[in-house]
Amino acid sequence: MSQLLQTPFLSSTTVLRLKSTSLRRTTPTTTNNLVVRAKIREIFMPALSSTMTEGKIVSWIKSEGDKLSKGDSVVVVESDKADMDVETFYDGILAAIVVEEGGVAAVGSPIAFLAENEEDIELAKSKALSSSSSSSSSSSSSSSSSSSSSSTPAPAPAPAIPVESSQPKKVAENVVAAAVSVVSKHPASEGGKRVIASPYAKKLAKELKVELGQIVGTGPLGRIVAKDVEAFAATGGSSGSVVAAAAEPVKTVAELGSVVPFTTMQNAVSRNMVESLAVPTFRVGYTITTDALDALYKKIKSKGVTMTALLAKATALALAKHPVINSSCRDGKSFTYNSSINIAVAVAIDGGLITPVLQDADKVDVYSLSRKWKELVDKARAKQLQPNEYTTGTFTLSNLGMFGVDRFDAILPPGTGAIMAVGTSQPTVVATKDGRIGTKNQMQVNVTADHRVIYGSDLALFLQTLSQIIEDPKDLTF
Amino acid sequence: MTLSPISLSSSYTTTISQPHHCSLFNTTTSTTATSLNLKFCSLKPEPFAFTSLRHRSHHNHPFRRTHFNAISSALSNNGTAPKSFDYDLLIIGAGVGGHGAALHAVEKGLKTAVVEGDVVGGTCVNRGCVPSKALLAVSGRMRELRNDHHLKSLGIQVSNAGYDRQAVADHANNLASKIRGNLTNSMKALGVDILTGFGTILGPQKVKIGSSNNIVTAKDIIIATGSVPFVPKGIEVDGKTVITSDHALKLETVPDWIAIVGSGYIGLEFSDVYTALGSEVTFVEALDQLMPGFDPEISKLAQRVLINPRNIDYHTGVFASKITPARVGKPVLIELIDAKTKEQKDTLEVDAALIATGRAPFTQGLGLENIDVTTQRGFVPVDERMRVIDANGSLVPHLYCIGDANGKMMLAHAASAQGISVVEQVTGRDHVLNHLSIPAACFTHPEISMVGLTEPQAREKGEKEGFDVSVAKTSFKANTKALAENEGEGLAKLIYRPDNGEILGVHIFGLHAADLIHEASNAIALGTRIQDIKFAVHAHPTLSEVLDELFKSAKVKAQASDQVKEPVAV
Repeated sequence: MSQLLQTPFLSSTTVLRLKSTSLRRTTPTTTNNLVVRAKIREIFMPALSSTMTEGKIVSWIKSEGDKLSKGDSVVVVESDKADMDVETFYDGILAAIVVEEGGVAAVGSPIAFLAENEEDIELAKSKALSSSSSSSSSSSSSSSSSSSSSSTPAPAPAPAIPVESSQPKKVAENVVAAAVSVVSKHPASEGGKRVIASPYAKKLAKELKVELGQIVGTGPLGRIVAKDVEAFAATGGSSGSVVAAAAEPVKTVAELGSVVPFTTMQNAVSRNMVESLAVPTFRVGYTITTDALDALYKKIKSKGVTMTALLAKATALALAKHPVINSSCRDGKSFTYNSSINIAVAVAIDGGLITPVLQDADKVDVYSLSRKWKELVDKARAKQLQPNEYTTGTFTLSNLGMFGVDRFDAILPPGTGAIMAVGTSQPTVVATKDGRIGTKNQMQVNVTADHRVIYGSDLALFLQTLSQIIEDPKDLTF
Repeated sequence: MTLSPISLSSSYTTTISQPHHCSLFNTTTSTTATSLNLKFCSLKPEPFAFTSLRHRSHHNHPFRRTHFNAISSALSNNGTAPKSFDYDLLIIGAGVGGHGAALHAVEKGLKTAVVEGDVVGGTCVNRGCVPSKALLAVSGRMRELRNDHHLKSLGIQVSNAGYDRQAVADHANNLASKIRGNLTNSMKALGVDILTGFGTILGPQKVKIGSSNNIVTAKDIIIATGSVPFVPKGIEVDGKTVITSDHALKLETVPDWIAIVGSGYIGLEFSDVYTALGSEVTFVEALDQLMPGFDPEISKLAQRVLINPRNIDYHTGVFASKITPARVGKPVLIELIDAKTKEQKDTLEVDAALIATGRAPFTQGLGLENIDVTTQRGFVPVDERMRVIDANGSLVPHLYCIGDANGKMMLAHAASAQGISVVEQVTGRDHVLNHLSIPAACFTHPEISMVGLTEPQAREKGEKEGFDVSVAKTSFKANTKALAENEGEGLAKLIYRPDNGEILGVHIFGLHAADLIHEASNAIALGTRIQDIKFAVHAHPTLSEVLDELFKSAKVKAQASDQVKEPVAV
């Protein structure tokens, strides 16, 4: 336990608000044998109980600029068990607070900087600035510094190491600065004057680390409401591509062996990917012969019909016959049967990822769908997609066939029931029913679905219908 | 009147030294002096529980007895017509204060009448504590039913809880009519005359009822005319998108986004209602922190539980200098200026705004000029016995003022207690009400309650009068019943004198805090010391053990007095 406490801050048992025996274990048991000659110390979120992984700052007892002496209570931290005052083991000046009251920090991540004397305050502040603006990166960068000290267990607080010598940190600062400057180039909605966002939208934006100024509001009078923020974060943000684009040159700057924090978009992607782990998914694959579809495509290509539109149309028609595949599970307790069939198609743009949506794809004819698709792609490139044009999908198509990929596996976007990964269509030697051998163009599709609402037989029947539609595509053109 | 709020506040706190007073300034938005005495307390339901209880008892067995006693005494008085007055006691205003005074007067054998120009029950019953409790009952349940995490931890499964706005509004309205009926019947049953019309004082012991020439005389007169919502200058109330608590209680709409100006009791309770029903809320608070009237530690904790996790944001240290109701295609516009520098700070665009900046006394047209009484910012000046003071500083004989109209403590139950105190005096027993023993409560989920001084007030008093002040705290997290309910969030705080065990203040934030405070307020009222009350037994497991533990954790030097004179054998 004592190794968990190699931090300048220790809980003081005298101020426990709750009589909890488990907390007594955090009583300072060893003197800190780390003799670190540091001018600036990071103050870490201490581990106040054996099960604590993150702590919430209830209040700062000291303010920035206050002189601290060893043993002073500095901050009240709420752990998974209780509120505790935490005291310092070092003298110094509280130079900068990184995690404000109400904020949450992982155990071991810096929550403030302690300067040894007044000259160092400015330096500490600049560190705090970089650390707080990259907030999510703060824990990763600190863990990188702790990894250099070898055997420390991952969630444990890193020893107090003078941060100015930390090379990765500098890189992180560069990256953050770059990202921030990009963001500021994209002014707020409302003609760039002011951002009007509802209280919940603001709260969500903070939680999801999304810049409100980049979001187009769909609420009353163009106000940004919660669902706009959610939609923005869910897709990685239309501006996610912007940030990603800007992050590109930064990547080349990053040195090998360094740790580069996520951009806002990458954060959103990361969050969504992790979130998807909460959904019990399974996969069903199918091989579909595309000779007839290819022939149809050749015939109507001149009328501006695209393969994407044809695939979307075919999928939508199959979904119309199997509404459960178009449903989703929002709360873990019920089916949400969507009233319209909106096919989202994943598109890579400028290193980012966005999913423009073909709405009512079952009802709109394939020519209009093709025109719509072109319009959406143009808008996506110009970063002018409105949230309702990329957040309203009920079923997602992801096609890597153009790269020659013959099969792959897609991750289910949160909030939808299924996603279909489409491989390339290629000539394949097949045995036909009449006992001959021939070549047919075949493609493999692989559907990932939420098993809470969509069962194996549902998917099988859906894929059967889809293959029938594609193999006999006369319905696609009405 | 351009006294600065600060000087006013200090004068008030010294004479009254009541925590609720501070809340005044805090929540008021713009005008300096006016804001002073406006408290939000009138929305307190607490008083109501008191009156309803009282009322119910009249319907039960004890009622009969009281009833006949009262009638007979009234009749005998009527027969003799003493000193040729129409009544012994005339009360102007049939709110909770007037009602409480009337009931006690009858008990004391006085021939009593109340004058009411609007509806019986006043603000509390019709536009305050009572209907707001109906809305809060709904919001509490909605919050519970929508808290999946909480329900799941209890093992309960509920899907898709919803509500019908009109039915909720009807519940509030029906409750108000029911209580109003109860109040009216209870007075009628006791033989209290209810005179309809606005009362105007014509001279000593003489009141005109309504516009007619119906003039009534009474030996003693109590002014209990209450208060109305206070709306600062620059704010245009249209009753639809810019509203006061009067409109909000009708729940005609549940806006997507509502700004609440003032974060005192009224604002807090409405934020609880609106967020539970799905609105998002923005607080506008003139002082630097939210919930300024409460003990700082309590308001900090309350903010963590009632504000931060909910769909609420806030602007502090700002006045709403101008509020324009929504017009076609335009939202409600709120201009915010810095409370200190008066500089333009921000503009809010919201769907609705609730003005909860306190309450202003309703004393216009009372005819106070006829007896040479000058109101102070609308309040009727009174001494500690609620006797009205005229412009020359001398007492007006036979005239008293209770409740919101005197501004001492704007709580319904305080008005009632003041009324009872006055009746005690006019029936020959000197009585001074200890305002520090009057509890206050805010019916959020969980509730906040308090009695006596806040910690800063107690420390200031201790410094001035030379005694030590200690603080003891207990957490709801350690209470079995609270944990069984999965509602461990909460704190009880005791402020006391370690030398003699006097309770200076108790503040509770947690499940059923409003019901728990009375053990403390009764102890203060009766002068019970900690060293004695700590031996009182509490049923286990109950929430009341939070207070039990609180008293036991206090470190008092004084020894317990010999309580048990005659041991009771079991």
